[in-house]
Amino acid sequence: MHSYYSFVTGPLAWIAFIVFICGSIWRFNSLWQLTKKKDSAVFEYMDRKFALRSIAHWLIPFGSRSMQLNPAMTVATFLFHICLFITPIFVFGHVMLWKENFNISWFALPNMAADVMTFIVIGSCIFFLWRRIKLPHVKYLTTPLDFIILMIVAAPFMTGFWAYHQFPGFVSMTIIHIVSGEIMLMAIPFTKLFHMFLFPFTRGYIGSEFGGVRMAKDW
Amino acid sequence: MSESKTVNDNKKTESKKIEDQGIQKGIEQLTPERIESVIRQVINDETGARLKVYVDTCLHCGLCSKGCHFFLSLKDPKFSPAAKVKQTLWEIMRKKGKVSPEFIKEAALIAYTQCNMCKRCAMYCPFGLDVAYVMSVMRRICYKLGVVPLYIQDTAHSHSVAMNQMWVKDDEWIDTLMWQEEEAQDAMENLRIPLDKEGADIFYSVIGPEPKFRAQLIFQAAVIMNAAKENWTMPSMPGWDNSDMCMFTGDYEMMERLKRLHFESALNLRAKRIVMGECGHAFRSVYDVGNRALGWRMPPIEVVHSIEYFNELFEQKKIKIRKKFERPVTLHDPCNIVRGRGLHEMARNIVNATCANFIEMTPNREHNYCCSAGGGVINCGPPFKNARVESGKEKAKQLFAAKAKGAEVVIAPCHNCHGGLEDIIHHYGVEMELKFFGDIIYEILELPE
Repeated sequence: MHSYYSFVTGPLAWIAFIVFICGSIWRFNSLWQLTKKKDSAVFEYMDRKFALRSIAHWLIPFGSRSMQLNPAMTVATFLFHICLFITPIFVFGHVMLWKENFNISWFALPNMAADVMTFIVIGSCIFFLWRRIKLPHVKYLTTPLDFIILMIVAAPFMTGFWAYHQFPGFVSMTIIHIVSGEIMLMAIPFTKLFHMFLFPFTRGYIGSEFGGVRMAKDW
Repeated sequence: MSESKTVNDNKKTESKKIEDQGIQKGIEQLTPERIESVIRQVINDETGARLKVYVDTCLHCGLCSKGCHFFLSLKDPKFSPAAKVKQTLWEIMRKKGKVSPEFIKEAALIAYTQCNMCKRCAMYCPFGLDVAYVMSVMRRICYKLGVVPLYIQDTAHSHSVAMNQMWVKDDEWIDTLMWQEEEAQDAMENLRIPLDKEGADIFYSVIGPEPKFRAQLIFQAAVIMNAAKENWTMPSMPGWDNSDMCMFTGDYEMMERLKRLHFESALNLRAKRIVMGECGHAFRSVYDVGNRALGWRMPPIEVVHSIEYFNELFEQKKIKIRKKFERPVTLHDPCNIVRGRGLHEMARNIVNATCANFIEMTPNREHNYCCSAGGGVINCGPPFKNARVESGKEKAKQLFAAKAKGAEVVIAPCHNCHGGLEDIIHHYGVEMELKFFGDIIYEILELPE
């Protein structure tokens, strides 16, 4: 068990971070080069003011009509994304790891808060799953990969909760937790999870088109 | 009650049964090899990161559904914007172009007749993915494969032969202008429609259907221009038609020829700017798509839609009205000039300057529902009329709601919207009257002595 643990926290962790960072840079760069080569007009119409205006409206909860028409989805999406980012960075166990391994530390979340946030992430994933199964217009679009991505995202939180609370088999669960987190990191550049990096650009571009050329709102 | 019952009546869409000769004959000539090579050519040579990002980034969340009047009207998941991508380019890119002629047939029906390219969904997608663009790529592929609905292809043929949409011959065009000039002289003595005048402030252009079916609009425009004492002109030669069905079939080479001729007609006459009649898609072709295809970031000469022009007339007090239009009106915001050019507030200024009673329809402005006719859909002709009108059910509900608040007249400053709304109004028994801004202004205009 110990050797597994050292592997997943040692070499595999390094690999995961390298794949995540290098993969993201590679994917981003290849899209950037392709845009320069084939869609150079995009740069011509990109407008910082209108791009930021659009991004801001879509980063404010209920800032767009689309969000107002789908209140449950809006609440779930915002809470989900906030907790998805904050929890792993500020959960006590992770802060300790950074402290032990690199001697850098920062604020850690109270355990209660981390638990609540973990539940929010898992709950939102269940809500997203429900949408994919129950809503006909979402079901029609859903592919097997969408379920896998949902699992990839939910797994680190479910296993982390299990391991932290030392439920039966928590030692193995800790290893699964670490591996699942690493899978998620490595999946980002190669799956739709990459949307986190593309959002400012797709939103910014349509915002620039609507603001600069069409002189209309896009929210 | 019976009216709203008609609207809520849930009929199955019949689009699957529709046979179109253009599409049918087109796919009979296809082989898998040809399909693959055309798709590769379009995707590799004509598209790039935008298409890739739009197709790859879509998270299949379905939020775009509420942006699409097809989905809202038909309640069928196949009609959500993302579903249309799924049934077209998503599949094509996944299979790297190895799709069957049958697939192309379905894809053509979706791209040409089940999307008005109104870009409303881009405002409902959190990522701002532009499904209208993806549909235009699908149309481009279909066009290059020779799979285009018969009726719209006929208008595209007309464009390439006569340089106008309606097979109007050169002499018929001049004849129509002279006829309308003569008619208008009854309303206003000494009225002129000046042809090919050099250095005019305004180069006035219209769409092919105006001389063909709605010549009174030219008459009305002439009266308004003369009343405002404008230094204006219309071209006597091809280049007068600003419309563009080639933009919608995917025939971009022809679209470029049309736009070039139109711009050059105005520039050769050293006109200061182009003012266009009340048409949406023509504005899109001149202000947004055609100029870009020709390599101009923005049009090479200022292009002004009628709404902007009329608004200017009232702001600068160039025309006077006798009295306000009394009957209660509501306003339909056309996609191409509202989501396409933000003219909604100017349109409201005109309504307030001309009408005594204005009732907003909801949703409005950028969020208004499409007429279901735009994007070339109405131009695909009779085979698709029933399906088109059914996809306007949500629009009919919106009109009924405005009518319930008292509106009797719908102002729709776009030709396609007129066609589409007319069919919706008839089919659902909405019983409202349709008007252009030009109709209203002409009716209440105070003619100078």
